[in-house]
Amino acid sequence: MEILVCVKRVPDTAENEIEVNSDGTDISRDDLVYSVNEWDNYAVEEAIQIRDNVGGSVTVVSVGDEESEEVLRREMAMGADNGILLSDDAFIGSDGKGIATILKAEIEKGKYDLIMTGAQADDGAAQVSGMLAAMLDLPYASLVNKVEVIDDAKLKIGREVEGGNMEMNEITLPCVLSIQTGINEPRYVGIRGIRKVASVEIPAHGASDIGIAPELVGESGACVKRKDYFVPELGEGAEILEGSTEEIVDKLIELLKAKGGIK
Amino acid sequence: MSQVFAYIAHKDGVADDTALELVVAAKKIYPDAQVTAIVTGSGSELDAVCNDVASTYNEVWKIDKAELSYPNAEVIRGMLVGLLPNDAVVILPHNTFGMDLGPGLSIKLDSAFVADVVDIESIDGSVLNMVRQEYSGQVSTHVFCDIAAGAVINARAGSFPADESKSASGTVIDKTSEAVVGEPLRKYLETVVAEVGDVDITKSDILVSVGRGIEDEDNLEIAQELAEAMGADVACSRPIVDSKWLEKSRQVGTSGQTVKPKVYMACGISGSFQHLGGIKGSPFIVAINKNPKAPIFQVAEVGIIADILEFIPELTDKINEMK
Repeated sequence: MEILVCVKRVPDTAENEIEVNSDGTDISRDDLVYSVNEWDNYAVEEAIQIRDNVGGSVTVVSVGDEESEEVLRREMAMGADNGILLSDDAFIGSDGKGIATILKAEIEKGKYDLIMTGAQADDGAAQVSGMLAAMLDLPYASLVNKVEVIDDAKLKIGREVEGGNMEMNEITLPCVLSIQTGINEPRYVGIRGIRKVASVEIPAHGASDIGIAPELVGESGACVKRKDYFVPELGEGAEILEGSTEEIVDKLIELLKAKGGIK
Repeated sequence: MSQVFAYIAHKDGVADDTALELVVAAKKIYPDAQVTAIVTGSGSELDAVCNDVASTYNEVWKIDKAELSYPNAEVIRGMLVGLLPNDAVVILPHNTFGMDLGPGLSIKLDSAFVADVVDIESIDGSVLNMVRQEYSGQVSTHVFCDIAAGAVINARAGSFPADESKSASGTVIDKTSEAVVGEPLRKYLETVVAEVGDVDITKSDILVSVGRGIEDEDNLEIAQELAEAMGADVACSRPIVDSKWLEKSRQVGTSGQTVKPKVYMACGISGSFQHLGGIKGSPFIVAINKNPKAPIFQVAEVGIIADILEFIPELTDKINEMK
């Protein structure tokens, strides 16, 4: 099975406190730790496991600048066979539809049986995969947390729905899936693994390479535009307990007792 | 002004809570909007939902087909494309169904898509100004989108107030004969219900709930010890289950359990909306987190900015000492 996984380099929210910059035009990007989007990592692991079971190849693709190459390399160290970087100044500022348009153009140059993305990324929109499927006229399933290959024409998949239930579906290949975390346990990538793929060439494709009119993507093509970043004032919020640890512990115990929090 | 539609999610003949919220979102776009509810399904359950929804919406489109008895987004998308005007503004709940349907629907209608909207602030001509959140709710953004050519807007559940007035006397219009349902390439088979674990956290009065801040499986012990000292049960957020450190039945959130304790100790939990969506009944929430920007502090009554690995053992010791 020929599998393509779309990945994104994002600020790691587990490692960073995300703050708004001084003029509210962006988040403050100094000293941010970046990594591969967590959901995408599960998608790549799933792709590798499917390939190891039924054969084929795994290609990882990312829309971004040269720094996204390190993310592609990391996923190749996990076991992906090929990487493709989609990079062009014309791509900067794309909205979800723009990103899907760019990915579609690359996908149509190849032949893939299965296209996967993470269920969502840093902007929490969970939109690119569903758009991509519709643009490619392929069947789609979001929030997938189980994949079983039936044969080379069909998959049985589980979607995570409300209440922790799993919605089972049969889906025809080729198709697009968005992968939910928890579907597998992504393998650890060590320094040695990274070194092994350090010199592998990762082709970079720009707008003209994949036949995209620059005005359709990037900021000019975006119909959803982010105007600013801000931190909302949401009422009073929590009363923050202050003092020494001992003082805080005493205060908290008092409060817990009053609220029935200690039996 | 485009015609505004709201998709009504429903189950067992009862409309979802979002049915009362989407109409409010629609009227934040156009205060005078005559909002049309779209209700798909089959049989008497569908009729019950349509009649109920007609007390909130001016117009209800009923689409009654056996193939729609389970809401499969792949089936509903194609059907809606054939039914809706091209410049329709469609509002969907941003749940597992709306996330499945919305992005692709916007492409097929050639309209804009805005995901997970938490507020609609203003409209200038046809340019809508909405609020979204990014980075797990740590920051918010204003997004602008021209909806003149139509839009699909996914609204977050619980973000818009519910219109409980039931003051409309809407007409139910049967659109079944106009609706065309194709043969889907994704077929719904069955729903596998989540397993019940050893402890039913939905019944617990006190929960010590742990998140990513616990860092390591071995550290779970400190949460268990605190829970024991307090007479509480241990719950968790999604990353803990993804790491297979605790069973799925211990997970609080929209994709896990809905709990209604008296006291909820959120330990090292950032407080994503999916997690908060699983906490009902306004418990006394105590948040312990080393990141002062964590969204959990916005909903907690009491906050402690500390590393749970250091703070929890101190708290446990003190509680045990007092016994």
